[in-house]
Amino acid sequence: MESNGDDVARILRDIEALKDTKARIEHRISVLEAQLQETVSLAPRKQQNDGVCNVSCPPISAADANLANGLSSDSVYRYSRHLLLPSFGVQAQSNLLKSSILVVGAGGLGSPALLYLAACGVGRLGIVDHDVVELNNMHRQVIHTEAYIGQPKVKSAAAACRSINSTIQIVEHREALRTSNALEILSQYDIVIDATDNAPSRYMISDCCVVLGKPLVSGAALGLEGQLTVYNYKGGPCYRCLFPTPPPTTACQRCSDSGVLGVVPGIIGCLQALEAIKIAAAVGEPLSGRMLLFDALSARIRIVKIRGRSLQCEVCGDNTTFNQEHFRDFNYEKFTQSPLSTSPPKLNLIAAESRITSKEYKERIVNGEAHVLVDVRPEHHYEIVSIPKSLNIPLASLEARLPEISSALKEKQPHEGVESGANLYVICRRGNDSQRAVQYLHKMGFNIAKDIVGGLESWAHDVDPNFPMY
Amino acid sequence: MQLTLEFGGGLELLCQSVKIHNVNVDLPKGAEKLTMKDLLSWVSTNLIKERPEMFMKGESVRPGVLVLVNDCDWELSGQLDTTLEEKDVVVFISTLHGG
Repeated sequence: MESNGDDVARILRDIEALKDTKARIEHRISVLEAQLQETVSLAPRKQQNDGVCNVSCPPISAADANLANGLSSDSVYRYSRHLLLPSFGVQAQSNLLKSSILVVGAGGLGSPALLYLAACGVGRLGIVDHDVVELNNMHRQVIHTEAYIGQPKVKSAAAACRSINSTIQIVEHREALRTSNALEILSQYDIVIDATDNAPSRYMISDCCVVLGKPLVSGAALGLEGQLTVYNYKGGPCYRCLFPTPPPTTACQRCSDSGVLGVVPGIIGCLQALEAIKIAAAVGEPLSGRMLLFDALSARIRIVKIRGRSLQCEVCGDNTTFNQEHFRDFNYEKFTQSPLSTSPPKLNLIAAESRITSKEYKERIVNGEAHVLVDVRPEHHYEIVSIPKSLNIPLASLEARLPEISSALKEKQPHEGVESGANLYVICRRGNDSQRAVQYLHKMGFNIAKDIVGGLESWAHDVDPNFPMY
Repeated sequence: MQLTLEFGGGLELLCQSVKIHNVNVDLPKGAEKLTMKDLLSWVSTNLIKERPEMFMKGESVRPGVLVLVNDCDWELSGQLDTTLEEKDVVVFISTLHGG
């Protein structure tokens, strides 16, 4: 019995000694980490633009850990509701605190994703975006406030994240993601969230995640529908396994053209945060090899089984040679035939003599010229705003409604029977569809048809600043 | 054969903005089964009212369209050769890029 008591005392002494050593080692680690952070943040600053971090960030520090479970007392309190979850608990939360997640795009999807990721205690949260906050973003990009209109989205989003959680590291990448910087940026994080809005970016991010071996949480939303899946996770498929050939550009609609109900990307963005949290915390079953399809109007969520990794995949297949060098040289805009930025295309389809500027058109109105103005936008666009006395014939129904144009022209003819009477002008939102319409009208014998360059956007810009734009 | 066809991700615009179609598809003459290949040609003839190139390319769907038979990617069931059965649900969904 007595020897037993001696043993206990000896073990207790050993534990005390080890704890003491552990505390001293931890102190040394935190001193060294602080030193490292200083060195890293000082040295490369010279080559940085805007003071935005684009160098390798130091590993996430667990220096404030003063409890056996690695969580500080503040952390225990802040994340207590996570810790109380039997299926999450201390282990998952400390995994989260040690993880790093990059969100590409601080828009409709990125906004809610970032808010939740900052709140839940992801150790390092990176944000990439090159855009500025605009008024027409506010209905869905809920991370931004009116005060930030005109300012970089990254700055606005980072400020919001910091105000929610000052204890995590927020990294601002105020630049467009390109093949030239993607490897460097993505390699600093454990998990990548694709919250972008265009096809070339989606291929580029997926390929980059494959060559770097990072799981990718991919979400998309448009109109009243959303889609979500996890790519490149533990042998699962990548974006290219599913979509080896890019879709035709006409099938790639933009929110700025087709519209989007604000809460729809909100829901998908929240689900993206959830999937990223599950991967980072190592809990549950990530949505890999499955895809979630959300239809807001019918209130239906469908989860479908998708193909696994394709052995023939050009990027992640068995015989692929695709590597970082190939990635850097790959032209994603050419591959998808669409630009990495979401700026709308500016077509130039017809000869200059068949086009007039909005200012010239205004002069013709002032001079009382007899004419017909055909607005070829869809009906629901026309309902938003239109130029008075214009005739709305959507491009899709132009063929069937040509007689309406003929009779409108006849009505406007100054003198009965005079052939060279009223002129015919065509307008749309930005001046692309109006050119397509004029091309068609010329073919159908309406040789007088002229396009108004730049459409209603240029009308609002150059002629009538009070004309509402959307 | 009674089938439920669903169009999503913008493909419904090609069939008068109707997403769900309950249809009755006859077996091709002399055939004993209906395959996805048969169904695609039936859909192009009977449901797609405009811009057929937005749905088909060659004898299959265009790139960017996912086809799901009973909530399962048709790649897993043999693509065009997938055999359809009574009351099957076939979903055609265009991948979204927006955000």
